[in-house]
Amino acid sequence: MFSLDVTHRQGAFTLDCRFESAGRLTALFGPSGSGKTTLVNIVAGLVRPDRGRVAVGERVLVDTARRLALPVHRRRIGYVFQDARLFPHMSVAQNLRYGERHIPHAERYARFDHVVELLGIGALLARQPDALSGGERQRVAIGRALLASPRLLLMDEPLAALDEARKAEILPYVERLRDEAAVPILYVSHALAEVSRLATDMVVLAGGAVRAAGPTDAIMQRLDLLPEDEQGEGGAVLDGVVASHDETFELTVIDTGAGALRLPRLDAEPGKRVRIRIRARDVMVATERPRGLSALNVIEGTIRTLEPRAGAAVDAFIDCGGHTLVARITRQSERLLALSPGRPVFAVVKSVSFDRGGLATFRTT
Amino acid sequence: MMDWLGLGPQEWTAVRLSLKVALWAVAVSLPFGVAVALLLARGRFWGKALLNGAVHLPLILPPVVTGYALLLGFGRQGPLGSFLAEQFGIVFAFRWTGAALAAAVMGFPLMVRAIRLSIEAVDRRLEQAAGTLGANPLQVFLTVTLPLILPGILAGTVLAFAKAMGEFGATITFVSNIPGETQTLPSAIYTFLQVPGGEGGALRLTAVSVAIAMAALVVSEFLARRAGRGAGAG
Repeated sequence: MFSLDVTHRQGAFTLDCRFESAGRLTALFGPSGSGKTTLVNIVAGLVRPDRGRVAVGERVLVDTARRLALPVHRRRIGYVFQDARLFPHMSVAQNLRYGERHIPHAERYARFDHVVELLGIGALLARQPDALSGGERQRVAIGRALLASPRLLLMDEPLAALDEARKAEILPYVERLRDEAAVPILYVSHALAEVSRLATDMVVLAGGAVRAAGPTDAIMQRLDLLPEDEQGEGGAVLDGVVASHDETFELTVIDTGAGALRLPRLDAEPGKRVRIRIRARDVMVATERPRGLSALNVIEGTIRTLEPRAGAAVDAFIDCGGHTLVARITRQSERLLALSPGRPVFAVVKSVSFDRGGLATFRTT
Repeated sequence: MMDWLGLGPQEWTAVRLSLKVALWAVAVSLPFGVAVALLLARGRFWGKALLNGAVHLPLILPPVVTGYALLLGFGRQGPLGSFLAEQFGIVFAFRWTGAALAAAVMGFPLMVRAIRLSIEAVDRRLEQAAGTLGANPLQVFLTVTLPLILPGILAGTVLAFAKAMGEFGATITFVSNIPGETQTLPSAIYTFLQVPGGEGGALRLTAVSVAIAMAALVVSEFLARRAGRGAGAG
Protein backbone atom coordinates (compact mmCIF):
# COMPACT_ATOMS: atom_id res chain seq x y z
CA MET A 1 0.00 0.00 0.00
CA PHE A 2 1.34 3.32 -1.09
CA SER A 3 -0.06 6.56 0.24
CA LEU A 4 0.73 10.15 -0.50
CA ASP A 5 -0.63 13.49 0.62
CA VAL A 6 1.53 16.47 -0.26
CA THR A 7 1.48 20.15 -1.10
CA HIS A 8 4.40 21.74 -2.83
CA ARG A 9 4.91 25.10 -4.47
CA GLN A 10 7.35 25.54 -7.29
CA GLY A 11 7.32 29.07 -8.61
CA ALA A 12 3.81 29.75 -9.89
CA PHE A 13 2.94 26.04 -9.93
CA THR A 14 1.29 24.38 -6.96
CA LEU A 15 1.13 20.65 -6.54
CA ASP A 16 -1.58 19.49 -4.19
CA CYS A 17 -2.09 15.76 -4.37
CA ARG A 18 -3.55 13.02 -2.30
CA PHE A 19 -4.06 9.39 -3.26
CA GLU A 20 -3.53 5.83 -2.16
CA SER A 21 -2.92 2.75 -4.20
CA ALA A 22 -2.47 -0.92 -3.53
CA GLY A 23 -2.04 -1.76 -7.20
CA ARG A 24 0.86 -3.68 -8.65
CA LEU A 25 1.40 -0.99 -11.26
CA THR A 26 -0.10 2.41 -10.60
CA ALA A 27 0.10 4.84 -13.50
CA LEU A 28 0.48 8.55 -12.85
CA PHE A 29 -1.21 9.90 -15.92
CA GLY A 30 -1.46 13.48 -17.07
CA PRO A 31 -0.27 15.97 -19.67
CA SER A 32 3.20 17.47 -19.37
CA GLY A 33 3.27 20.17 -16.73
CA SER A 34 0.67 18.40 -14.58
CA GLY A 35 3.22 17.67 -11.86
CA LYS A 36 3.94 13.99 -12.47
CA THR A 37 7.72 14.22 -12.31
CA THR A 38 7.67 16.54 -9.30
CA LEU A 39 5.48 13.99 -7.57
CA VAL A 40 7.84 11.06 -8.17
CA ASN A 41 10.80 13.23 -7.21
CA ILE A 42 9.08 13.91 -3.89
CA VAL A 43 8.62 10.16 -3.41
CA ALA A 44 12.26 9.48 -4.28
CA GLY A 45 13.48 12.26 -2.00
CA LEU A 46 14.98 14.42 -4.73
CA VAL A 47 12.44 17.13 -3.91
CA ARG A 48 11.34 17.94 -0.40
CA PRO A 49 7.63 18.87 -0.23
CA ASP A 50 6.48 22.00 1.60
CA ARG A 51 3.93 19.94 3.45
CA GLY A 52 2.75 16.39 3.55
CA ARG A 53 3.32 12.74 4.15
CA VAL A 54 4.46 9.88 1.94
CA ALA A 55 4.49 6.26 3.05
CA VAL A 56 5.19 2.88 1.47
CA GLY A 57 3.40 0.28 3.54
CA GLU A 58 4.22 0.97 7.17
CA ARG A 59 7.33 2.87 6.26
CA VAL A 60 7.00 6.66 6.38
CA LEU A 61 9.39 8.41 3.97
CA VAL A 62 8.32 11.98 4.61
CA ASP A 63 6.15 13.50 7.26
CA THR A 64 6.55 17.25 7.50
CA ALA A 65 4.32 17.37 10.59
CA ARG A 66 6.87 15.19 12.39
CA ARG A 67 9.80 16.92 10.67
CA LEU A 68 10.75 13.59 9.20
CA ALA A 69 12.38 13.22 5.77
CA LEU A 70 14.49 10.18 5.02
CA PRO A 71 17.52 11.00 2.86
CA VAL A 72 17.41 9.67 -0.71
CA HIS A 73 19.83 6.83 -0.11
CA ARG A 74 17.88 5.45 2.83
CA ARG A 75 14.47 5.39 1.15
CA ARG A 76 14.90 2.17 -0.82
CA ILE A 77 12.91 3.59 -3.69
CA GLY A 78 14.09 2.36 -7.09
CA TYR A 79 14.02 5.04 -9.79
CA VAL A 80 14.11 4.42 -13.52
CA PHE A 81 14.70 7.77 -15.16
CA GLN A 82 13.53 8.79 -18.59
CA ASP A 83 17.16 9.11 -19.64
CA ALA A 84 18.48 5.82 -18.16
CA ARG A 85 21.40 7.58 -16.39
CA LEU A 86 23.73 4.60 -16.50
CA PHE A 87 27.17 5.24 -15.05
CA PRO A 88 29.42 5.78 -18.08
CA HIS A 89 32.58 4.61 -16.32
CA MET A 90 31.17 1.20 -15.42
CA SER A 91 30.28 -1.86 -17.47
CA VAL A 92 26.69 -3.05 -17.67
CA ALA A 93 27.40 -5.69 -15.00
CA GLN A 94 28.95 -3.09 -12.69
CA ASN A 95 26.00 -0.79 -13.24
CA LEU A 96 23.62 -3.61 -12.37
CA ARG A 97 25.47 -4.51 -9.20
CA TYR A 98 25.88 -0.92 -8.03
CA GLY A 99 22.91 -0.89 -5.66
CA GLU A 100 23.46 -4.37 -4.24
CA ARG A 101 26.35 -3.54 -1.96
CA HIS A 102 24.46 -0.73 -0.25
CA ILE A 103 21.66 -3.03 0.88
CA PRO A 104 21.93 -5.23 3.98
CA HIS A 105 22.12 -8.93 3.03
CA ALA A 106 18.89 -9.84 4.77
CA GLU A 107 16.93 -7.28 2.76
CA ARG A 108 18.10 -8.31 -0.70
CA TYR A 109 15.28 -10.04 -2.49
CA ALA A 110 16.32 -9.41 -6.11
CA ARG A 111 18.64 -12.06 -7.51
CA PHE A 112 21.14 -11.08 -10.17
CA ASP A 113 20.59 -14.07 -12.47
CA HIS A 114 16.85 -13.77 -12.20
CA VAL A 115 16.76 -10.06 -13.03
CA VAL A 116 19.18 -10.51 -15.93
CA GLU A 117 16.96 -13.27 -17.31
CA LEU A 118 13.76 -11.31 -16.70
CA LEU A 119 15.04 -8.36 -18.73
CA GLY A 120 16.94 -10.36 -21.33
CA ILE A 121 20.21 -8.50 -20.80
CA GLY A 122 22.56 -11.46 -20.32
CA ALA A 123 24.40 -10.76 -23.57
CA LEU A 124 25.10 -7.14 -22.60
CA LEU A 125 26.87 -7.65 -19.27
CA ALA A 126 30.42 -7.01 -20.47
CA ARG A 127 29.54 -3.96 -22.56
CA GLN A 128 29.93 -0.29 -21.71
CA PRO A 129 26.75 1.83 -21.59
CA ASP A 130 27.74 3.90 -24.61
CA ALA A 131 27.71 0.73 -26.71
CA LEU A 132 24.03 0.06 -25.97
CA SER A 133 20.92 1.03 -27.93
CA GLY A 134 18.29 3.22 -26.26
CA GLY A 135 16.08 0.24 -25.52
CA GLU A 136 18.92 -1.82 -24.08
CA ARG A 137 20.01 1.08 -21.92
CA GLN A 138 16.53 1.41 -20.49
CA ARG A 139 16.35 -2.32 -19.72
CA VAL A 140 19.69 -2.15 -17.92
CA ALA A 141 18.45 0.88 -15.97
CA ILE A 142 15.38 -1.09 -14.91
CA GLY A 143 17.59 -4.01 -13.86
CA ARG A 144 19.90 -1.73 -11.91
CA ALA A 145 16.98 -0.24 -10.00
CA LEU A 146 15.50 -3.69 -9.31
CA LEU A 147 18.77 -5.13 -8.02
CA ALA A 148 18.83 -2.55 -5.25
CA SER A 149 15.83 -4.53 -3.92
CA PRO A 150 13.58 -1.48 -3.66
CA ARG A 151 10.30 -1.39 -1.77
CA LEU A 152 8.74 0.67 -4.54
CA LEU A 153 9.86 1.18 -8.11
CA LEU A 154 9.39 4.58 -9.77
CA MET A 155 9.42 4.71 -13.55
CA ASP A 156 9.36 8.22 -15.00
CA GLU A 157 8.24 7.93 -18.62
CA PRO A 158 10.84 5.24 -19.27
CA LEU A 159 9.67 4.87 -22.87
CA ALA A 160 9.22 8.53 -23.76
CA ALA A 161 12.65 8.90 -25.32
CA LEU A 162 12.30 5.77 -27.46
CA ASP A 163 10.83 5.22 -30.91
CA GLU A 164 7.85 2.93 -31.48
CA ALA A 165 9.97 -0.14 -32.23
CA ARG A 166 12.02 0.29 -29.05
CA LYS A 167 8.85 0.86 -27.04
CA ALA A 168 7.39 -2.38 -28.33
CA GLU A 169 10.67 -4.05 -27.31
CA ILE A 170 10.46 -2.84 -23.69
CA LEU A 171 6.73 -3.07 -22.99
CA PRO A 172 6.66 -6.86 -22.56
CA TYR A 173 9.46 -6.58 -20.00
CA VAL A 174 7.53 -4.00 -18.01
CA GLU A 175 4.53 -6.35 -18.10
CA ARG A 176 6.65 -9.20 -16.79
CA LEU A 177 7.97 -6.91 -14.10
CA ARG A 178 4.42 -6.03 -13.10
CA ASP A 179 3.33 -9.67 -13.03
CA GLU A 180 6.43 -11.34 -11.62
CA ALA A 181 8.48 -8.91 -9.56
CA ALA A 182 7.74 -8.54 -5.88
CA VAL A 183 7.75 -4.76 -5.99
CA PRO A 184 4.89 -2.31 -6.59
CA ILE A 185 5.48 0.15 -9.42
CA LEU A 186 4.57 3.81 -9.79
CA TYR A 187 4.66 4.51 -13.50
CA VAL A 188 4.59 8.01 -14.97
CA SER A 189 3.18 8.39 -18.45
CA HIS A 190 1.33 10.80 -20.65
CA ALA A 191 0.41 8.12 -23.21
CA LEU A 192 -2.97 6.57 -22.59
CA ALA A 193 -2.26 3.55 -24.77
CA GLU A 194 0.73 2.70 -22.56
CA VAL A 195 -1.25 3.24 -19.37
CA SER A 196 -4.22 1.15 -20.47
CA ARG A 197 -1.91 -1.68 -21.37
CA LEU A 198 0.25 -1.67 -18.26
CA ALA A 199 -1.59 -0.19 -15.34
CA THR A 200 -3.70 -2.03 -12.78
CA ASP A 201 -4.55 1.30 -11.20
CA MET A 202 -4.28 4.85 -12.37
CA VAL A 203 -4.14 8.37 -11.02
CA VAL A 204 -5.13 11.18 -13.36
CA LEU A 205 -3.25 14.42 -12.69
CA ALA A 206 -4.11 17.82 -14.08
CA GLY A 207 -2.67 21.17 -13.09
CA GLY A 208 -0.99 19.72 -10.01
CA ALA A 209 -4.13 18.09 -8.60
CA VAL A 210 -5.57 14.58 -8.64
CA ARG A 211 -8.65 14.47 -10.89
CA ALA A 212 -9.33 10.78 -10.43
CA ALA A 213 -7.75 7.70 -8.92
CA GLY A 214 -8.79 4.07 -9.01
CA PRO A 215 -8.66 0.84 -11.01
CA THR A 216 -7.63 1.40 -14.63
CA ASP A 217 -10.78 -0.05 -16.23
CA ALA A 218 -13.00 2.19 -14.11
CA ILE A 219 -10.99 5.35 -14.82
CA MET A 220 -10.64 4.65 -18.53
CA GLN A 221 -14.42 4.80 -18.88
CA ARG A 222 -14.56 8.26 -17.40
CA LEU A 223 -13.67 10.04 -20.59
CA ASP A 224 -14.47 13.39 -19.04
CA LEU A 225 -11.57 12.97 -16.63
CA LEU A 226 -9.06 12.41 -19.37
CA PRO A 227 -7.25 15.30 -21.04
CA GLU A 228 -9.22 16.62 -23.99
CA ASP A 229 -6.83 15.43 -26.68
CA GLU A 230 -6.77 11.93 -25.19
CA GLN A 231 -10.51 11.51 -24.65
CA GLY A 232 -10.84 9.72 -27.96
CA GLU A 233 -8.42 7.12 -26.61
CA GLY A 234 -10.52 6.40 -23.55
CA GLY A 235 -13.11 3.69 -23.32
CA ALA A 236 -13.51 0.18 -22.03
CA VAL A 237 -10.54 -1.92 -20.93
CA LEU A 238 -11.38 -5.61 -20.87
CA ASP A 239 -9.33 -8.62 -19.88
CA GLY A 240 -9.90 -11.49 -22.23
CA VAL A 241 -8.70 -14.97 -23.14
CA VAL A 242 -7.83 -16.22 -26.59
CA ALA A 243 -10.60 -18.79 -27.23
CA SER A 244 -9.91 -20.14 -30.70
CA HIS A 245 -8.65 -19.36 -34.18
CA ASP A 246 -10.85 -19.39 -37.22
CA GLU A 247 -8.50 -20.56 -39.98
CA THR A 248 -10.98 -20.08 -42.83
CA PHE A 249 -11.30 -16.35 -42.35
CA GLU A 250 -8.03 -15.94 -40.48
CA LEU A 251 -9.70 -14.59 -37.38
CA THR A 252 -9.11 -15.04 -33.68
CA VAL A 253 -11.95 -15.26 -31.19
CA ILE A 254 -11.36 -13.65 -27.82
CA ASP A 255 -13.66 -14.29 -24.90
CA THR A 256 -14.25 -11.28 -22.71
CA GLY A 257 -16.71 -10.91 -19.91
CA ALA A 258 -18.77 -8.67 -22.16
CA GLY A 259 -18.98 -11.18 -24.99
CA ALA A 260 -16.89 -12.83 -27.70
CA LEU A 261 -14.88 -10.59 -30.03
CA ARG A 262 -13.52 -11.57 -33.44
CA LEU A 263 -10.23 -10.00 -34.49
CA PRO A 264 -7.85 -10.55 -37.38
CA ARG A 265 -5.66 -13.60 -36.66
CA LEU A 266 -3.38 -13.05 -33.68
CA ASP A 267 -0.17 -14.84 -33.02
CA ALA A 268 -1.21 -16.13 -29.60
CA GLU A 269 -1.99 -19.58 -28.23
CA PRO A 270 -5.55 -20.34 -27.11
CA GLY A 271 -5.79 -19.80 -23.37
CA LYS A 272 -3.46 -16.81 -23.50
CA ARG A 273 -4.65 -13.85 -21.46
CA VAL A 274 -4.83 -10.55 -23.33
CA ARG A 275 -5.97 -7.09 -22.46
CA ILE A 276 -8.00 -5.22 -25.02
CA ARG A 277 -9.25 -1.70 -25.18
CA ILE A 278 -12.36 -0.60 -26.98
CA ARG A 279 -12.26 3.12 -27.52
CA ALA A 280 -15.47 5.02 -26.98
CA ARG A 281 -15.22 6.61 -30.41
CA ASP A 282 -15.06 3.15 -31.98
CA VAL A 283 -18.41 2.02 -30.59
CA MET A 284 -21.74 2.68 -32.32
CA VAL A 285 -25.13 2.16 -30.70
CA ALA A 286 -28.12 0.46 -32.39
CA THR A 287 -31.56 -0.10 -30.90
CA GLU A 288 -32.15 -3.27 -32.92
CA ARG A 289 -29.77 -5.90 -34.15
CA PRO A 290 -28.17 -4.36 -37.23
CA ARG A 291 -28.55 -6.20 -40.51
CA GLY A 292 -26.54 -5.73 -43.63
CA LEU A 293 -23.64 -4.28 -41.69
CA SER A 294 -20.03 -5.30 -42.12
CA ALA A 295 -19.20 -5.07 -38.43
CA LEU A 296 -18.25 -8.45 -36.98
CA ASN A 297 -18.57 -7.54 -33.38
CA VAL A 298 -22.04 -6.66 -32.17
CA ILE A 299 -22.57 -7.01 -28.45
CA GLU A 300 -25.91 -7.00 -26.66
CA GLY A 301 -26.30 -4.83 -23.62
CA THR A 302 -28.38 -2.39 -21.68
CA ILE A 303 -27.91 1.35 -21.36
CA ARG A 304 -26.84 2.09 -17.81
CA THR A 305 -26.30 5.83 -17.94
CA LEU A 306 -25.97 8.62 -20.45
CA GLU A 307 -23.61 11.43 -19.62
CA PRO A 308 -23.58 14.63 -21.65
CA ARG A 309 -20.12 15.99 -22.42
CA ALA A 310 -18.89 19.26 -23.87
CA GLY A 311 -20.34 20.19 -27.26
CA ALA A 312 -22.37 17.66 -29.17
CA ALA A 313 -21.03 14.59 -27.38
CA VAL A 314 -22.77 12.16 -25.06
CA ASP A 315 -21.07 9.15 -23.48
CA ALA A 316 -23.33 6.11 -23.34
CA PHE A 317 -22.36 3.51 -20.73
CA ILE A 318 -23.60 0.12 -21.84
CA ASP A 319 -23.78 -2.79 -19.44
CA CYS A 320 -22.75 -5.99 -21.22
CA GLY A 321 -22.78 -9.02 -18.94
CA GLY A 322 -21.55 -7.05 -15.97
CA HIS A 323 -18.83 -5.23 -17.95
CA THR A 324 -19.18 -1.75 -19.28
CA LEU A 325 -18.61 -0.56 -22.81
CA VAL A 326 -18.52 3.15 -23.48
CA ALA A 327 -19.81 4.71 -26.69
CA ARG A 328 -19.27 8.32 -27.57
CA ILE A 329 -22.26 9.40 -29.59
CA THR A 330 -23.91 12.72 -30.43
CA ARG A 331 -26.78 14.30 -28.55
CA GLN A 332 -28.78 14.17 -31.74
CA SER A 333 -28.38 10.37 -31.99
CA GLU A 334 -29.39 10.06 -28.37
CA ARG A 335 -32.62 11.93 -29.16
CA LEU A 336 -33.32 10.12 -32.46
CA LEU A 337 -32.84 6.66 -30.91
CA ALA A 338 -34.70 7.71 -27.78
CA LEU A 339 -31.97 6.27 -25.61
CA SER A 340 -32.55 6.13 -21.89
CA PRO A 341 -31.22 4.11 -18.96
CA GLY A 342 -32.52 0.54 -18.94
CA ARG A 343 -33.05 0.39 -22.69
CA PRO A 344 -31.65 -2.74 -24.38
CA VAL A 345 -29.21 -1.85 -27.19
CA PHE A 346 -26.58 -3.36 -29.46
CA ALA A 347 -23.03 -2.03 -29.27
CA VAL A 348 -21.32 -2.16 -32.64
CA VAL A 349 -17.56 -2.32 -32.13
CA LYS A 350 -15.77 -0.83 -35.11
CA SER A 351 -12.27 -1.62 -33.95
CA VAL A 352 -10.41 -3.09 -31.02
CA SER A 353 -7.11 -1.90 -29.64
CA PHE A 354 -5.14 -4.89 -28.73
CA ASP A 355 -2.54 -4.08 -26.12
CA ARG A 356 -0.10 -6.91 -26.49
CA GLY A 357 3.07 -7.17 -28.55
CA GLY A 358 2.65 -3.60 -29.65
CA LEU A 359 -0.22 -1.22 -29.37
CA ALA A 360 -1.93 -2.16 -32.61
CA THR A 361 -5.50 -1.26 -33.39
CA PHE A 362 -7.54 -3.63 -35.53
CA ARG A 363 -10.50 -2.51 -37.52
CA THR A 364 -13.03 -5.27 -37.31
CA THR A 365 -15.66 -4.16 -39.75
CA MET B 1 76.00 7.00 -13.37
CA MET B 2 77.30 10.50 -12.91
CA ASP B 3 78.77 10.49 -16.38
CA TRP B 4 75.42 9.69 -17.87
CA LEU B 5 74.24 12.77 -19.72
CA GLY B 6 77.48 14.34 -18.53
CA LEU B 7 75.85 15.75 -15.40
CA GLY B 8 78.07 16.73 -12.52
CA PRO B 9 77.25 15.95 -8.87
CA GLN B 10 75.86 19.41 -8.19
CA GLU B 11 73.67 19.17 -11.24
CA TRP B 12 72.37 15.74 -10.21
CA THR B 13 71.62 17.03 -6.76
CA ALA B 14 69.56 19.85 -8.23
CA VAL B 15 67.61 17.43 -10.47
CA ARG B 16 66.88 15.04 -7.61
CA LEU B 17 65.92 17.88 -5.30
CA SER B 18 63.59 19.40 -7.88
CA LEU B 19 61.82 16.07 -8.40
CA LYS B 20 61.49 15.59 -4.64
CA VAL B 21 60.18 19.13 -4.11
CA ALA B 22 57.70 18.91 -7.00
CA LEU B 23 56.39 15.46 -6.03
CA TRP B 24 55.85 16.46 -2.42
CA ALA B 25 54.29 19.75 -3.43
CA VAL B 26 51.79 18.00 -5.69
CA ALA B 27 51.08 15.05 -3.39
CA VAL B 28 50.36 17.20 -0.35
CA SER B 29 48.36 19.85 -2.17
CA LEU B 30 46.21 17.40 -4.17
CA PRO B 31 43.61 16.62 -1.46
CA PHE B 32 43.32 20.34 -0.71
CA GLY B 33 43.07 21.02 -4.42
CA VAL B 34 40.15 18.59 -4.82
CA ALA B 35 38.43 19.95 -1.72
CA VAL B 36 38.78 23.60 -2.78
CA ALA B 37 37.70 22.76 -6.33
CA LEU B 38 34.59 21.04 -4.91
CA LEU B 39 33.84 24.06 -2.73
CA LEU B 40 34.21 26.45 -5.63
CA ALA B 41 32.25 24.28 -8.07
CA ARG B 42 29.43 23.18 -5.78
CA GLY B 43 29.50 25.24 -2.61
CA ARG B 44 27.18 28.12 -1.87
CA PHE B 45 28.62 30.16 0.94
CA TRP B 46 29.48 33.68 1.90
CA GLY B 47 32.99 34.62 0.81
CA LYS B 48 33.17 32.23 -2.13
CA ALA B 49 34.45 35.02 -4.39
CA LEU B 50 37.05 35.80 -1.74
CA LEU B 51 38.26 32.19 -1.62
CA ASN B 52 38.36 32.09 -5.39
CA GLY B 53 40.45 35.28 -5.41
CA ALA B 54 42.83 34.01 -2.75
CA VAL B 55 43.41 30.74 -4.62
CA HIS B 56 44.16 32.55 -7.86
CA LEU B 57 46.31 35.29 -6.34
CA PRO B 58 49.67 33.50 -6.82
CA LEU B 59 48.87 33.25 -10.53
CA ILE B 60 48.67 37.02 -10.88
CA LEU B 61 51.04 38.38 -8.23
CA PRO B 62 54.73 38.71 -9.03
CA PRO B 63 56.31 35.46 -7.73
CA VAL B 64 58.71 37.52 -5.63
CA VAL B 65 55.75 38.99 -3.77
CA THR B 66 54.32 35.53 -3.11
CA GLY B 67 57.75 34.39 -1.90
CA TYR B 68 58.06 37.35 0.40
CA ALA B 69 54.56 36.78 1.76
CA LEU B 70 55.51 33.17 2.48
CA LEU B 71 58.64 34.38 4.23
CA LEU B 72 56.56 36.72 6.39
CA GLY B 73 54.02 34.01 7.20
CA PHE B 74 56.06 30.82 7.31
CA GLY B 75 59.54 32.14 8.18
CA ARG B 76 61.01 31.41 11.62
CA GLN B 77 59.58 34.67 12.96
CA GLY B 78 56.31 34.36 11.03
CA PRO B 79 53.13 33.54 12.96
CA LEU B 80 52.41 30.29 11.06
CA GLY B 81 56.07 29.32 10.75
CA SER B 82 56.79 29.61 14.49
CA PHE B 83 53.54 27.84 15.36
CA LEU B 84 54.24 24.87 13.06
CA ALA B 85 57.87 24.67 14.25
CA GLU B 86 56.85 24.63 17.94
CA GLN B 87 53.83 22.33 17.64
CA PHE B 88 54.90 19.87 14.95
CA GLY B 89 58.58 20.51 14.40
CA ILE B 90 57.90 21.42 10.77
CA VAL B 91 60.34 24.08 9.61
CA PHE B 92 60.04 25.73 6.21
CA ALA B 93 62.64 28.51 6.34
CA PHE B 94 65.68 27.71 4.17
CA ARG B 95 64.71 24.03 3.94
CA TRP B 96 63.60 21.92 0.96
CA THR B 97 60.19 21.76 2.65
CA GLY B 98 59.93 25.50 2.14
CA ALA B 99 60.72 25.04 -1.54
CA ALA B 100 57.94 22.45 -1.70
CA LEU B 101 55.53 24.85 0.02
CA ALA B 102 56.40 27.63 -2.42
CA ALA B 103 55.98 25.25 -5.36
CA ALA B 104 52.63 23.99 -4.01
CA VAL B 105 51.28 27.51 -3.52
CA MET B 106 52.32 28.57 -7.00
CA GLY B 107 50.89 25.44 -8.63
CA PHE B 108 47.68 25.43 -6.60
CA PRO B 109 45.58 27.74 -8.84
CA LEU B 110 46.38 25.65 -11.91
CA MET B 111 45.46 22.45 -10.11
CA VAL B 112 42.21 23.83 -8.69
CA ARG B 113 41.20 25.30 -12.02
CA ALA B 114 41.54 22.03 -13.93
CA ILE B 115 39.73 19.99 -11.26
CA ARG B 116 36.99 22.56 -10.87
CA LEU B 117 36.25 22.52 -14.58
CA SER B 118 35.94 18.74 -14.57
CA ILE B 119 33.62 18.81 -11.54
CA GLU B 120 31.39 21.34 -13.25
CA ALA B 121 31.19 19.01 -16.24
CA VAL B 122 29.90 16.09 -14.16
CA ASP B 123 26.25 15.26 -14.83
CA ARG B 124 24.70 15.64 -11.39
CA ARG B 125 21.78 13.49 -12.43
CA LEU B 126 24.16 10.53 -12.31
CA GLU B 127 24.85 11.35 -8.67
CA GLN B 128 21.11 11.49 -8.02
CA ALA B 129 20.75 8.08 -9.62
CA ALA B 130 23.49 6.70 -7.37
CA GLY B 131 21.65 8.11 -4.35
CA THR B 132 18.43 6.33 -5.28
CA LEU B 133 20.47 3.12 -5.47
CA GLY B 134 21.34 3.46 -1.79
CA ALA B 135 24.75 5.16 -1.93
CA ASN B 136 25.28 7.83 0.73
CA PRO B 137 26.87 11.15 -0.32
CA LEU B 138 30.42 9.97 0.47
CA GLN B 139 29.92 6.74 -1.46
CA VAL B 140 28.43 8.70 -4.35
CA PHE B 141 31.51 10.91 -4.40
CA LEU B 142 33.96 8.01 -4.27
CA THR B 143 32.21 5.74 -6.78
CA VAL B 144 30.69 8.19 -9.26
CA THR B 145 32.04 11.73 -8.97
CA LEU B 146 35.69 10.87 -8.37
CA PRO B 147 36.06 8.42 -11.29
CA LEU B 148 34.33 10.87 -13.60
CA ILE B 149 36.62 13.77 -12.67
CA LEU B 150 39.77 11.65 -12.75
CA PRO B 151 40.92 13.06 -16.10
CA GLY B 152 40.58 16.57 -14.65
CA ILE B 153 42.51 15.58 -11.54
CA LEU B 154 45.28 14.11 -13.70
CA ALA B 155 45.43 17.23 -15.84
CA GLY B 156 45.54 19.44 -12.74
CA THR B 157 48.24 17.28 -11.16
CA VAL B 158 50.46 17.40 -14.22
CA LEU B 159 50.03 21.15 -14.59
CA ALA B 160 50.87 21.68 -10.93
CA PHE B 161 53.85 19.32 -11.20
CA ALA B 162 55.18 21.18 -14.23
CA LYS B 163 54.70 24.49 -12.44
CA ALA B 164 56.48 23.11 -9.34
CA MET B 165 59.43 21.93 -11.41
CA GLY B 166 59.81 25.38 -12.95
CA GLU B 167 59.02 27.55 -9.95
CA PHE B 168 61.83 30.05 -9.34
CA GLY B 169 60.84 33.49 -8.08
CA ALA B 170 58.87 32.59 -5.00
CA THR B 171 61.26 29.75 -4.08
CA ILE B 172 64.43 31.81 -4.21
CA THR B 173 62.78 34.66 -2.30
CA PHE B 174 61.38 32.38 0.40
CA VAL B 175 64.13 29.80 0.95
CA SER B 176 67.09 31.23 -0.94
CA ASN B 177 69.39 29.17 -3.15
CA ILE B 178 71.27 26.67 -1.00
CA PRO B 179 72.91 23.80 -2.93
CA GLY B 180 71.58 20.44 -1.76
CA GLU B 181 68.78 22.00 0.27
CA THR B 182 66.84 24.57 -1.72
CA GLN B 183 68.72 24.79 -5.00
CA THR B 184 66.14 23.41 -7.45
CA LEU B 185 66.66 23.08 -11.21
CA PRO B 186 65.78 26.68 -12.11
CA SER B 187 67.86 28.01 -9.24
CA ALA B 188 70.80 25.86 -10.36
CA ILE B 189 70.46 27.08 -13.96
CA TYR B 190 70.33 30.65 -12.68
CA THR B 191 73.45 30.04 -10.56
CA PHE B 192 75.36 28.53 -13.48
CA LEU B 193 74.56 31.60 -15.56
CA GLN B 194 76.00 33.87 -12.84
CA VAL B 195 79.49 32.31 -12.97
CA PRO B 196 81.93 32.42 -15.89
CA GLY B 197 82.02 29.14 -17.84
CA GLY B 198 78.74 27.93 -16.38
CA GLU B 199 76.88 27.80 -19.70
CA GLY B 200 77.62 24.09 -20.12
CA GLY B 201 75.89 23.17 -16.87
CA ALA B 202 73.00 25.51 -17.62
CA LEU B 203 72.53 23.91 -21.02
CA ARG B 204 72.59 20.36 -19.64
CA LEU B 205 70.04 21.20 -16.94
CA THR B 206 67.86 22.90 -19.53
CA ALA B 207 67.89 19.67 -21.53
CA VAL B 208 66.91 17.74 -18.40
CA SER B 209 64.06 20.20 -17.74
CA VAL B 210 62.71 19.73 -21.23
CA ALA B 211 62.97 15.94 -20.91
CA ILE B 212 61.12 15.86 -17.57
CA ALA B 213 58.37 18.17 -18.87
CA MET B 214 57.90 16.01 -21.96
CA ALA B 215 57.84 12.82 -19.91
CA ALA B 216 55.20 14.29 -17.58
CA LEU B 217 53.04 15.26 -20.53
CA VAL B 218 53.31 11.82 -22.13
CA VAL B 219 52.48 10.04 -18.88
CA SER B 220 49.49 12.27 -18.21
CA GLU B 221 48.25 11.84 -21.77
CA PHE B 222 48.48 8.07 -21.35
CA LEU B 223 46.69 8.08 -17.99
CA ALA B 224 43.99 10.44 -19.23
CA ARG B 225 43.35 8.21 -22.22
CA ARG B 226 43.05 5.16 -19.97
CA ALA B 227 40.72 6.99 -17.62
CA GLY B 228 38.82 8.33 -20.63
CA ARG B 229 38.34 4.82 -21.99
CA GLY B 230 36.99 3.69 -18.62
CA ALA B 231 34.66 6.67 -18.51
CA GLY B 232 33.34 6.01 -21.98
CA ALA B 233 32.77 8.60 -24.64
CA GLY B 234 29.58 10.00 -23.15
